[in-house]
Amino acid sequence: MGEHTNTRHLTCIRCPRGCQLTVELADDGSIAAVSGNSCKRGETYAIAEVTSPVRTVTTTVAVEGSAERKLVSVKTVPEVPKAAVLDVMAEAMTVVARAPVRIGDVLRKDIAGTGSDLVATKAAR
Amino acid sequence: MSVDYDVVVIGGGPAGLSAAAAARANGAGRVLVIERDDELGGILNQCIHNGFGLITFKEGLTGPEYAARYEELARQAGVEFKLGAMVVDVSAGRVVTCVSGEHGMERLSAGAVVLAMGCRERPAGALAVPGFRPAGVYTAGTAQRLVNIEGLMPGREVVILGSGDIGLIMARRMTLEGAHVACVAELMPYSGGLKRNIVQCLEDFGIPLLLSHTVTRIEGEKRVEAVTLSEVDGRGRPVPGTEVTYPCDTLLLSVGLLPENELSRAAGVELSGVTRGPVVDESLETSVPGVFACGNVLHVHDLVDYVTQEASIAGERAARFAKGEEAEHARRVGIVGTGGVRYTVPQSVDPGRMPEKLTVRFRVSGVYENRAVEVRAGEKRLVRKRRPILVPGEMEEFVLRRDDLEACGDVPEIVVSLEEA
Repeated sequence: MGEHTNTRHLTCIRCPRGCQLTVELADDGSIAAVSGNSCKRGETYAIAEVTSPVRTVTTTVAVEGSAERKLVSVKTVPEVPKAAVLDVMAEAMTVVARAPVRIGDVLRKDIAGTGSDLVATKAAR
Repeated sequence: MSVDYDVVVIGGGPAGLSAAAAARANGAGRVLVIERDDELGGILNQCIHNGFGLITFKEGLTGPEYAARYEELARQAGVEFKLGAMVVDVSAGRVVTCVSGEHGMERLSAGAVVLAMGCRERPAGALAVPGFRPAGVYTAGTAQRLVNIEGLMPGREVVILGSGDIGLIMARRMTLEGAHVACVAELMPYSGGLKRNIVQCLEDFGIPLLLSHTVTRIEGEKRVEAVTLSEVDGRGRPVPGTEVTYPCDTLLLSVGLLPENELSRAAGVELSGVTRGPVVDESLETSVPGVFACGNVLHVHDLVDYVTQEASIAGERAARFAKGEEAEHARRVGIVGTGGVRYTVPQSVDPGRMPEKLTVRFRVSGVYENRAVEVRAGEKRLVRKRRPILVPGEMEEFVLRRDDLEACGDVPEIVVSLEEA
């Protein structure tokens, strides 16, 4: 075992057991060891969550010209880096859609420079 | 006797839509869904987060997307809809009375009725918290509707009581919309929410989860000004001296869901004291012949996929009843939960009417590690299934096989329990 500069603690979300995972990182940032997991899925989760955590951001944006609603719900496709979540929210607040909106319509391309699109999850006539 | 509709479904949420589509697919002629809101989809419309349909579609849809898929399915199946119409009575003779602005009061006779009214939140009044009753106390679901549908923020500085999934989801939602969530307090020593939500809604944003805590005081006369939290002992009683006061303008409550069974009761349907929903047999038929139940009105679910599956069975059996093709009950074998199993749905099974394989769903009463789910009929063990962990917040299931049950002979009941693994 070499020297580890950093240790990360995570809760596994792959099943209700919620194992407390410990991920030890080597000096170069690579993963040296995962412990605390009860199964292989925990290790896979820990590696993904430490190396490149991603989240789907869901929120609403204003819609104009619709008789039935003021807002439509949206999501990021694909998921965005976890670190970009608040930037995505800030830009989403500036988006205004024009009715009609269909589910799947792209309302903002490359939101907050993530490469992901903001896509409607609700229709507005 | 001629009827207005072969099957009338009360409620146009995910359960009602799935039941109605299944009724049509199984040969029911005229199928009507009655929905009190102006659109279909029920509570899914305000659940804009993703994670719906992971089992059915192998992808995490948002609530509105999941609802839209089943609305489309029901429309294509030829289901009729009555929106903005509220059912006020269901009789044991399957006459459904509803009122709407458009048609006033109407009485509709049905070959079969499917109850799919869903559930509602336990309100603030159900909590014995001293102090005034100021503005700023909302159920989490009301706040969710305000934020996601109306575009209104209930407040800026928030305390949440109850760590069920809606409470967790709203902790994230309020945070993303710019509010500060001080903490989520949970009376129990564990959270009733999905692990995924604890991590992605609380840990991602550094929101503390205070287990074994409850609200012991709400301050403020006109508007909430602060909330006091106390630790509770093993019996849920506040421990003096542990009070911590959080200044805030909003208290969100996520303290339980109650199946909405006023109509069922009026129809004379027998209700379970545990699920607070109808007692049903293998066909999801209630104690009133021809009246079926599914979804959250039957028992509160955590995953909509299971609602859809269950409702599809209710719709199929309702269609069969309406066509006069359902066999009379030959016998009923009770299904009884014990040793950590709080309840099962269904609560009885008729071997002569059950399908080849019947899925029985159940919940446990606490957190259990390394157990085996055992299902016994008399001396015979029908199922033994090892589970590394069982928690009250996640519904469990097992499959009962007709052949196995028939081989048991004339057993009075089936017993489901948790045993040492």
